[in-house]
Amino acid sequence: MNRAGSVDFSLWGAFRCIVARDLTLAMRRRADVLTTLFFFVIVVSLFPLGIGPEMATLRIMAPGVVWVAALLASMLSLERMFSADYRDGTLEQMLLTPQPLPVLVLGKVFAHWLVSGLPLVLIAPLLGVQYDLPPEGLLILAVSLLVGTPVLSLIGAIGAGLTLGVRGGGVLVSLLVLPLYIPVLIFGAGGVDAAMSGLGAQAHLSLLGAFLLGALILAPWAAGAALRISME
Amino acid sequence: MLEVSNLECVRGDRRLFAGMNFSVQPGELLHVHGPNGSGKTSLLRMLCGLAAPAEGEIRWNGESIRSLREDYCKEMTYFGHLAGIKEELTALENLRVAVQLAGGDSAEDGLLDALDRMGLAGREDLPAKVLSQGQKRRVALARLLLCPTRLWILDEPFTALDVTAVKMVQQLLSEHLHNGGMVVLTTHQEVDIPAGTVRRIHLN
Amino acid sequence: MPKINWFKYSSPQAFYPLIGKMIPWFTVLAVAFTLPGLYFGFFVAPPDYQQGESYRIMFIHVPAAWMSMFIYVVMAGYAGMGLVLNSRLSSMMASALAPTGAMFTFLALWTGALWGKPMWGTWWVWDARLTSELILLFLYIGFLSLQAAIDEPRRAARASAVLALVGVVNIPIIYFSVKWWNTLHQGASITVTKAPTMAASMFTAMILLTFAFWMYTIAVALMRVRCEILERERNSEWVAQAVGRSR
Repeated sequence: MNRAGSVDFSLWGAFRCIVARDLTLAMRRRADVLTTLFFFVIVVSLFPLGIGPEMATLRIMAPGVVWVAALLASMLSLERMFSADYRDGTLEQMLLTPQPLPVLVLGKVFAHWLVSGLPLVLIAPLLGVQYDLPPEGLLILAVSLLVGTPVLSLIGAIGAGLTLGVRGGGVLVSLLVLPLYIPVLIFGAGGVDAAMSGLGAQAHLSLLGAFLLGALILAPWAAGAALRISME
Repeated sequence: MLEVSNLECVRGDRRLFAGMNFSVQPGELLHVHGPNGSGKTSLLRMLCGLAAPAEGEIRWNGESIRSLREDYCKEMTYFGHLAGIKEELTALENLRVAVQLAGGDSAEDGLLDALDRMGLAGREDLPAKVLSQGQKRRVALARLLLCPTRLWILDEPFTALDVTAVKMVQQLLSEHLHNGGMVVLTTHQEVDIPAGTVRRIHLN
Repeated sequence: MPKINWFKYSSPQAFYPLIGKMIPWFTVLAVAFTLPGLYFGFFVAPPDYQQGESYRIMFIHVPAAWMSMFIYVVMAGYAGMGLVLNSRLSSMMASALAPTGAMFTFLALWTGALWGKPMWGTWWVWDARLTSELILLFLYIGFLSLQAAIDEPRRAARASAVLALVGVVNIPIIYFSVKWWNTLHQGASITVTKAPTMAASMFTAMILLTFAFWMYTIAVALMRVRCEILERERNSEWVAQAVGRSR
């Protein structure tokens, strides 16, 4: 009864299968997706209340505030990356498929970013307007988030994998992951600053691009190793 | 062929078993039984490569499964305590993803046939969360019909299944053994499989 | 057998008595380096023409900062070895080094703040080196808390090893990012002065204290490994004998 001749299933196919699956799941649990986004919006909107409505101050702080809020939002959403799959046993099955684990991890990270990172990128310019950022600042803010948030998801996947099923995992993951986010924060927020002061953000953005490349190559392996360790 | 030599399992402070040796040949079923906490699940998780043994080695066709990894996964299907079913996906979607990732044939007709054979006809498009515990496990077991693997490692496959479903799974196992497949399973129920050799390991 | 089998010492049981013999030596060496180091630092080295006597905290601060970074790299090395070679002893060394590394990082920050007050007038400045040292402390804390949160020793060792390796890849990136960030944002006022030409006695004191810290680290790490071995092997025959004998 074992049918011979399995369909040729490429790496790309495995990647697509995981992305499609996770996006379908996200579509059926839309509330989860929106919470990250609203968290981001609320945190950014709280700063003026704490600091005062002085526009000149707010304009200076805007890149940093938005970026820190993006860091926190992305970190909060990490818990969702693997833990549901861990609880219902689908993660276990994924580890036992003949597909290379880094590819599956990459698929999961990409889907996770589409759902939790991309919305931040899209809404950030709107929040920048609240802080009276000039147009070039808004553009660079969106671009830097577009390049930077995938790095956050990739690094975060390692932390999420390591803390899988660990008690207090949610707080722990922030301890592990936030220090590693620092370079992205520096160059992300720095780029917007540079664009606003007329220096040009090219250097910052290229470095963020380099981080993305490095994270794309290394993080799926490390996250895969983390998952295998956590499943033992 | 699956071979195990000098296997040792340690959980926390307790050594569950040590110096375990056995092999499973084509057409053989290995029934692992023992009381709760005797290390049945730990043994099965080691056999499928999820857990690392404290000592000893597991070989597939003479090579360590640690070094084979993905090549071993091509030939092995594991069915654990957790069914691995996503509540939000329909029975059909669940099966499709599982079969695709396992590298099986995921043509729609085949998937529907498999669900039909597992007694889920008419429920293919219901989200898994409205299915009963037993039905979810049937969806998960439908994988066995579609993944051309030689070795099945099944941890309590009969849990939550009704009498007809148990019969059907036993039928499935005997077909698999008849075709030269191998099965390692744990269950508290009596295994009644007409074809193939049934061997037993008792853990205590 | 004429040849020494070094692999023998990678098993905890064989290593345990060896460590027992090594600890006193390293302790003695640590004291032997500390005393002259402090003497040179406090009595022989001349006062700085700019900073007066307050610069003397440097003799603690600089070796502590060096050790904090050095220990992280060594720790990641051991952790990686434990992960790849699956040797328990390497993992134990990694986790034994972590608290000492965190302690030196904290010491470097603390003494840095004490030094900063008379020099810059504030306890804390967002200087590149201080900031990266702070981040290093965060990395140590992450390593320690991950290890503490996982009960199963094998998983704890392997998970924190992955974290240490990820950290060690990131440390240079973090350091250069912070440095770059600092040069961009720095007002003209603050630069950490390097002692331009160090008097020979200053140099001697610093080197002596660095060695002292080094020996101390080895001694303390070995002590921790010894405890860890006893704890993990507490059910085995030889531990019962070893503990019974020393009682």
